[in-house]
Amino acid sequence: MSFFTEFPTMERQALRDLKKGIDGSFRDFSREYGELIENIFHPLLMFLKWFQDLLVETPWPVVLVVIGALAWIGSRNWWLVAGTIAAFLFIGYLDMWEDTMSTLAIVSVATLICIAVGIPFGILMARNDRVQSAILPVLDIMQTIPSFVYLIPVVMLLGIGKVPGLIAVCVYAVPPIVRLTNLGIRLVDKDVLEAADAFGSSYRERLFNVQMPLALPNIFAGVNQTIMMALSMVVIAAMIGVPGLGVPVLRAISNQYLALGMMNGLAIVAIAIIFDRVSQSYGRRLQKHREGGHGV
Amino acid sequence: MSDSKVSIKNLFKIFGGNPKKMVAHVENGMGKQELLEKHRHVLGLNDVNIEIKERHVQVIMGLSGSGKSTLIRHVNRLIEPTEGEILVDGENVLGMADEQLRDFRRFKASMVFQKFALLPHRSVVDNVMYGLNIQKVAKDQARDRAQRWIDAVGLSGFESHYPAQLSGGMQQRVGLARALATDAEILLMDEAFSALDPLIRTDMQNVLLELQDELHKTIIFITHDLDEALRIGDSIVILRDGAVVQQGTPQEIILKPVDDYVSDFIQEINRARVLLVDSVSTSTPKELSCQVESSAKIEEALQILNNAKATEAAVSMNGAITGSVTLEAMIEAVAKPEPSKKEKAYR
Ligand SMILES: Nc1ncnc2c1ncn2[C@@H]1O[C@H](COP(=O)(O)OP(=O)(O)OP(=O)(O)O)[C@@H](O)[C@H]1O
Ligand SMILES: [Mg+2]
Repeated sequence: MSFFTEFPTMERQALRDLKKGIDGSFRDFSREYGELIENIFHPLLMFLKWFQDLLVETPWPVVLVVIGALAWIGSRNWWLVAGTIAAFLFIGYLDMWEDTMSTLAIVSVATLICIAVGIPFGILMARNDRVQSAILPVLDIMQTIPSFVYLIPVVMLLGIGKVPGLIAVCVYAVPPIVRLTNLGIRLVDKDVLEAADAFGSSYRERLFNVQMPLALPNIFAGVNQTIMMALSMVVIAAMIGVPGLGVPVLRAISNQYLALGMMNGLAIVAIAIIFDRVSQSYGRRLQKHREGGHGV
Repeated sequence: MSDSKVSIKNLFKIFGGNPKKMVAHVENGMGKQELLEKHRHVLGLNDVNIEIKERHVQVIMGLSGSGKSTLIRHVNRLIEPTEGEILVDGENVLGMADEQLRDFRRFKASMVFQKFALLPHRSVVDNVMYGLNIQKVAKDQARDRAQRWIDAVGLSGFESHYPAQLSGGMQQRVGLARALATDAEILLMDEAFSALDPLIRTDMQNVLLELQDELHKTIIFITHDLDEALRIGDSIVILRDGAVVQQGTPQEIILKPVDDYVSDFIQEINRARVLLVDSVSTSTPKELSCQVESSAKIEEALQILNNAKATEAAVSMNGAITGSVTLEAMIEAVAKPEPSKKEKAYR
């Protein structure tokens, strides 16, 4: 009767051997190729370092002006610009400027990588149903698998540092942009595509003249979500050696510093809200042509 | 080789999961309704054969859902047929490789869409330039050409507006300008004037007729409006449930409708404005004081007879008298035929 009360498991020894085998072969793999892979990511590391140093070492008023200008370019809304500058002044006043700059650097670089990788995958998915059904489950895995689980192989392969942190952030943050690029392209009006075809557009002309511009609002919503998700990974990234606002949060957890944790947490929230509002109002302006009514 | 510019041969189109298999049913006489009920396939086109002469305006008519849009989309292969052939200048459109087909669409056939299908993110001028961009025409030259057609369709001043800022009729004219700008020899016009008000519609018909006088394109023109069809069409095809019920010149269709469907179709038109004296004249020449041209419309001839208070007139062709015509015969031809008794049996 034990068959029903006890789940029939694999034999203990065999299971141990299986796990050992996987670990062993991955360890061999990382010993063999770890350095090569590290070299591949080296330029990325250099870029990230350079950008971070740039943000940290530029005098803060200059950075503040640039951030304010970007907020203006994105939103064309003075209230938002004022709010942004106030938030950053407050952050600086509470001695979180440097960590905030590091976080901004990693989030910006991660977003750029996600855009560069995510949009082409989204385009491929929209082009072909088979590719779509192959990639969708991968995206599901990337979004639901606990971050710690994929941190293990990444750390085994690349050790602790900024690059593995960046990879972890990107794995988590890239799915929305892939999904929404795919969705945006698939939602483009069939009649308009037909017209593009009727005038003899090639695949590229169709993609760049019609599909991408019309999918842009959706793609932009994807970028927005990607930024938010990258920000939410800041603390986990800090665990594997990425500097930024996550580091003091970790320290606060292990030492029960309530105020420190709250302040840094709220700084992350403030940055998230600013990014979100600015990018959303930019996204809305992208759709201006959809507005009806006569006259300009 | 015939003198056809476009010839459509034995064209079948069936929508559904396994269209090839359904062709046999249709060939054995199964109708649209039955095919839908028994086999869940929609009969789009049923053995269509049309020869369209170079420089002619071919009008396609039929009730909603009769397959007009489906048919016109086959000419530039936006839809692949289930069976049949389409030849343009003797070349098989269905046999074209991708690159060839693109060139065909770029340079040879352009299209105006029933639902406009403008690029919503581009301004009017950029929409009109679209075909030219694809043809790789230099920017400023393309702009000039686009401007010319924007002026021709009466949209000067709206160049930088977006489609969403225009009325339906204006959008349709943008679509028309876009198609005309590419200078293609074949124009496919799917209800190109249906969203226009009567005045602009007449304007656009004039634009098209002038264009036709000058450039002699081959035009396939879908319309619901019989008066429009008669005004611009050299010949007319009438479709019903995907099949051609009658084709011929406007005169032929009005004088000899093949069935109730067609006669109901031509119910409402002003026959005097379409029928020619020729169609009612006898071939016995008579010397009479009152004379009418054989190529005159009956409407004009009635006017002449009425002015002369005559009941009969001599019919002349190129100055020579070839026959005669009576008032009675003309009135009879112009009188509306009885509406069909079989209560819309074709529906
Ligand atoms: N993609 C499709 N899938 C299934 N059926 C279709 C498809 N396209 C058209 N049909 C069917 O083919 C028939 C003809 O449609 P079509 O659009 O050619 O009509 P139409 O004559 O242009 O009508 P209208 O005057 O309303 O524009 C209709 O019964 C329609 O339901
Ligand atoms: Mg139609």
